[in-house]
Amino acid sequence: MVKTDYKNIWVYVEQKGGEIESVSLELCSEGRKLADSCGERLVAVVIGAQTDTACSSVEETGVDEIIYVKGDEYANYTTDPYVIAMTKLCEKYKPSAVLIGATSNGRDLAPRLAARLRTGSTADATEIIFNPETEDIDWTKPSFGGNLMATIVCNKTRPQIGTVRPATFKRAFPGKKSDLILTREDISVPSEEIRTRVLEFIKDEGDDGSKIEEADVVICVGAGLKSMDQISPFQELADLLGGMIGVTRPLVDKGFYTVKRQVGQSGKIIGPKLYIGFGISGAIQHTAGITSSEVIVAVNNNPNAKIFGCAHYAVVGDMFEVASALVEELKARRNGKS
Amino acid sequence: MNMKIMVCVKQVPDTEMIKVDPVTGSLIREGVPSIINPFDLNALEAALQLRGEYGGNVAAVCMGPPQAEEALRDCLAMGADSAVLISDRVFKDSDTLATSYVLSLAARQFGPFDLILCGKHSLDGETGQVGPQIAEFLGWNQVTYVSKMTRTEEGFVIDREMEGGIEKVMTRTPIVCTVTKTHYEPRKATMKGKLMAKKAHVETVDSKTLNGLDTGRIGLVGSPTSVAKSFVPPDGEPGTVIEEPTAVESAAKLIKLLTKAEAI
Repeated sequence: MVKTDYKNIWVYVEQKGGEIESVSLELCSEGRKLADSCGERLVAVVIGAQTDTACSSVEETGVDEIIYVKGDEYANYTTDPYVIAMTKLCEKYKPSAVLIGATSNGRDLAPRLAARLRTGSTADATEIIFNPETEDIDWTKPSFGGNLMATIVCNKTRPQIGTVRPATFKRAFPGKKSDLILTREDISVPSEEIRTRVLEFIKDEGDDGSKIEEADVVICVGAGLKSMDQISPFQELADLLGGMIGVTRPLVDKGFYTVKRQVGQSGKIIGPKLYIGFGISGAIQHTAGITSSEVIVAVNNNPNAKIFGCAHYAVVGDMFEVASALVEELKARRNGKS
Repeated sequence: MNMKIMVCVKQVPDTEMIKVDPVTGSLIREGVPSIINPFDLNALEAALQLRGEYGGNVAAVCMGPPQAEEALRDCLAMGADSAVLISDRVFKDSDTLATSYVLSLAARQFGPFDLILCGKHSLDGETGQVGPQIAEFLGWNQVTYVSKMTRTEEGFVIDREMEGGIEKVMTRTPIVCTVTKTHYEPRKATMKGKLMAKKAHVETVDSKTLNGLDTGRIGLVGSPTSVAKSFVPPDGEPGTVIEEPTAVESAAKLIKLLTKAEAI
């Protein structure tokens, strides 16, 4: 294998239920930086039964090229047809890297594709940087429960494949390039080669569809909450700010909330515009899940709480008193304005 | 119909107990107990339940240092029928691709199997790549993030735990599945099980006795990826501290600052 035969940064664009996964757009914007720093082109790959809507949202991220594959066999993600299509595309175009969102399906696809191409794959990266000395990508990922960061390189083979954690990078829409190249590739997979059939998708009960990882504001509550009777100031604050309540693991263990609201390494990784953590000490298992937030506020009565180390605003005080005071202050301000 | 099931297990340091040397950035392993990767125990439990319902046997397979034999004895104590340890210094520094290659050879040598079950990922590397890569080397189908498996006349109906819900899929054996913790709470080993496991035979293979091994595809040389460096995540710079005499004053100051920063 000659590494220099392989060029361009690819983003695999994932669709689910006809909608583009947010992480794919995040990767287009981070991929842009990567492509610019190594002087290569940024190519989005869209596969699906329908591809028009996805292609038009991807265009706005400023990619140089879009390659799309359309066919009924791609209506739902299943391993076989997607791996076959991606393998054919990689063999034909020889990309230097393929970025894939670290969703359940992305993490199903990436290792299998890498094994078929006999190349390396890094899972769940939170940083991707082109190293000009080695001309390889440095993929950095948390390991050992977030206690250690490891930088992985794929320095002997191409393409370099990796999944990247959702909500790590921000989406950006600088606009469609005037010289954008749109290429259709016809790859059909006979049905006997598709070994998995999707029967149905059952949405989580009590799930109104809103996801904490997509909320603009997250009010996070820690183990200081002893019963659900105490939740009202936090819920009210969340409502006032148009946000959602997130929790640390002890509250999930107590049954106050489901794991869908758990923020941290073993729960959801979030990157809201505003995060306010109440009574959270700042164990790395939790903070690893919030560091991409634009503004981090922590409220804790212990001035040495570890979470203050990653907070933009550290409020020393009682979580309940501060939450109630914030609610009153916000209400007063809004009434004053109206 | 009997099912032959292979369960892949890995011994990992208990990440709850782990500490990192802040100067060297390396893990302090001393005094940190090794445990079986918890998700692998869910996979083993799933295998034991399937065996309970349909008959068959369960082989626990582990690639690791000689002391990983202990992990395999724990699997035997829980009810696995046999155990295979793949251990050789030449396997050191194998990445997921090289590890999966070795495990796929073991599957051929100690099979044939109908099912291979793995945990959804390991606690240390957290990649979740070995299951799909074993499937690729065997040419089998794979189903990842499996919370429940139900046998039907045509094969298996499998629940996949996805973002926002459960995807139900149907497929046939042979399959590699990676298992989550939701439905398969691992059983406790009985005293009788523990006693039997102590005396049981653990089959051990090395690079010479693993059939068909190409040593160019293992270890650091045979691994397309390697760890360039590892480090402790840096502590952030402390931000603005707000500590007014009363909560009301602190709240007012915070809101003023957040408004100024256009965060609200």
